[in-house]
Amino acid sequence: MPAASADELAAAARRVRLRDLDIVSNAGMGHIGGEFSVTDILVTLYLAVVDQGDGSERDHVVLSKGHAAVALYATLAEAGLLPEGDLDSFAQPDSALNGHPARTKLDAVEASTGPLGHGLPIGVGMAIAAALDNSPRRTFVIVGDGELQEGSNWEAMMIAAHRGLDRLVLIVDRNGLQQGAPVAETSDLEPLADKLRAFGWAVREVDGHDHGALQEALQSIPWEPGRPSAVIARTHKGHPVSFMSDVAAWHHRVPTADEAALARAEVEAS
Amino acid sequence: MTLHDCRDAFAHTLCALAEQDERIVAVVNDSVGSSKLGGFQKSFPERLINVGIAEQAMVGVAAGLAAGGRIPFVSAASCFLTARAMEQIKVDIAYSQHHVVLCGQSPGVAYGELGPTHHSPEDLAWLRAIPGMTVLVPADAAETAAAVRWAAAHDGPVFLRVSRMGVPEIFPSDLDFQPGVATTLREGGDVTIVCMGTTVAASLDAAQALAAEGIEATVLSMGSLAPLDRQAIVAAARHTGGLVTVEEAHVSGLGGAVAEVVVEECPVPVRRLGLRDFARTGSTSWLMQQAGLEPVAIASAAREVAGLRT
Repeated sequence: MPAASADELAAAARRVRLRDLDIVSNAGMGHIGGEFSVTDILVTLYLAVVDQGDGSERDHVVLSKGHAAVALYATLAEAGLLPEGDLDSFAQPDSALNGHPARTKLDAVEASTGPLGHGLPIGVGMAIAAALDNSPRRTFVIVGDGELQEGSNWEAMMIAAHRGLDRLVLIVDRNGLQQGAPVAETSDLEPLADKLRAFGWAVREVDGHDHGALQEALQSIPWEPGRPSAVIARTHKGHPVSFMSDVAAWHHRVPTADEAALARAEVEAS
Repeated sequence: MTLHDCRDAFAHTLCALAEQDERIVAVVNDSVGSSKLGGFQKSFPERLINVGIAEQAMVGVAAGLAAGGRIPFVSAASCFLTARAMEQIKVDIAYSQHHVVLCGQSPGVAYGELGPTHHSPEDLAWLRAIPGMTVLVPADAAETAAAVRWAAAHDGPVFLRVSRMGVPEIFPSDLDFQPGVATTLREGGDVTIVCMGTTVAASLDAAQALAAEGIEATVLSMGSLAPLDRQAIVAAARHTGGLVTVEEAHVSGLGGAVAEVVVEECPVPVRRLGLRDFARTGSTSWLMQQAGLEPVAIASAAREVAGLRT
């Protein structure tokens, strides 16, 4: 995929967040904090990194933090993988846009997620299948940082390193907050980069809201041949809305009409 | 009577299928030997994916392999495969509608003296509650081989119980296996014995003993718990007026499933033989005996049910 300009990606991310805001406001549900933290990662991946060609060479994307489903749906629409008009059906009776993404309901969704700690093992399986096929296709798995408290991730990390899956990329949406509290005050992950390195992964830390930095990191894997790659993407929950940013309550709060108007103005100005 | 370890038929059939279809892979948790997959590993080293002792990741990896175009046979002790990885089985395999065959090795009380940590009486009840999951419990080597062949061709999630307990030959070697279709191994009008897996031979022995005292039993072998042959159960209930279920599992597996059908369609007396408590310490055969999964106890339950008919 040709590299998109930083301006194009920034504009796309604004549109995705505005759609997200509308969808969550209309549906009266969603996880807007974590959706806004992961938006720039999703937009960069789908618009500037992932090869969407059909057939067996297509890259895989797994959004393991499935509660950020609305950000995924809005990004898929931005990438032309989901009709824009379908977004209004989010969470409506019998909609393909379930509260958590389901591969059986939507073609563009590659893994059904929601319970945490499922995406990375699935991604490891996809990467093993690609290796068996001698295929260049890459697998990108996005996890939340709180999600790394699930032990299944660390099982999967060991398997990926042991098998030298260097077409596999783990992206950690490191917003520092889990549902009810800071990760550091719940069951701390630090020193995260050291832990990932000790598990055999190549690690880079980037600003998770910097499209250029994300694009450069994701496009250049493998950073170390024979090792899977982990991007620790430093983000802010609720970014770029001032009253949502880094506030745990916005994990799944739904904005009032006034809050939505304020948030809209701040996203448009971002 | 020659007894067979169904793992041999499982491994042999899987190797033969893998020879013809390169999509087939085996996924194990350090369970190559206990699954008898040494031959598979030798023939297809790249396609034997040993993830180590990590059941949750093992099932997730299988889902990813299926998404990548492979047909994974996950082979692990049933106690660990089902209990440890149940959420992955539910979400990554069943809800995701992946063609993955989960092979629960040495299930029930096959691990005898190793104790309840290594037994899996619950697996059938758990798995039959998951929508879309085909649950297969073959009774002998021929049915195991046929079930493996069927599962390899079925585009959907399957749980297959593979026992290490020696069982005699019951089915012909060219068996055409169809889930949801019970096999009537014996016909009688006085009582029905519904059985599966490792309890089929004992159920046939019980029916023979009952015949000697003038009680004629129908013996229904259920190769699949889900889908369940409801029609055969209803027909047998109407024909014989009472049923006994016999399973090397908690009675909420086959017994629960049969009782549900009977209560809904044609209430008649039912007795459920199977496991109810955490097992005491003892050998597999002793535990089977303690649970009433041997001919004398099965005949006794059948006699009681036959006497209860109105």
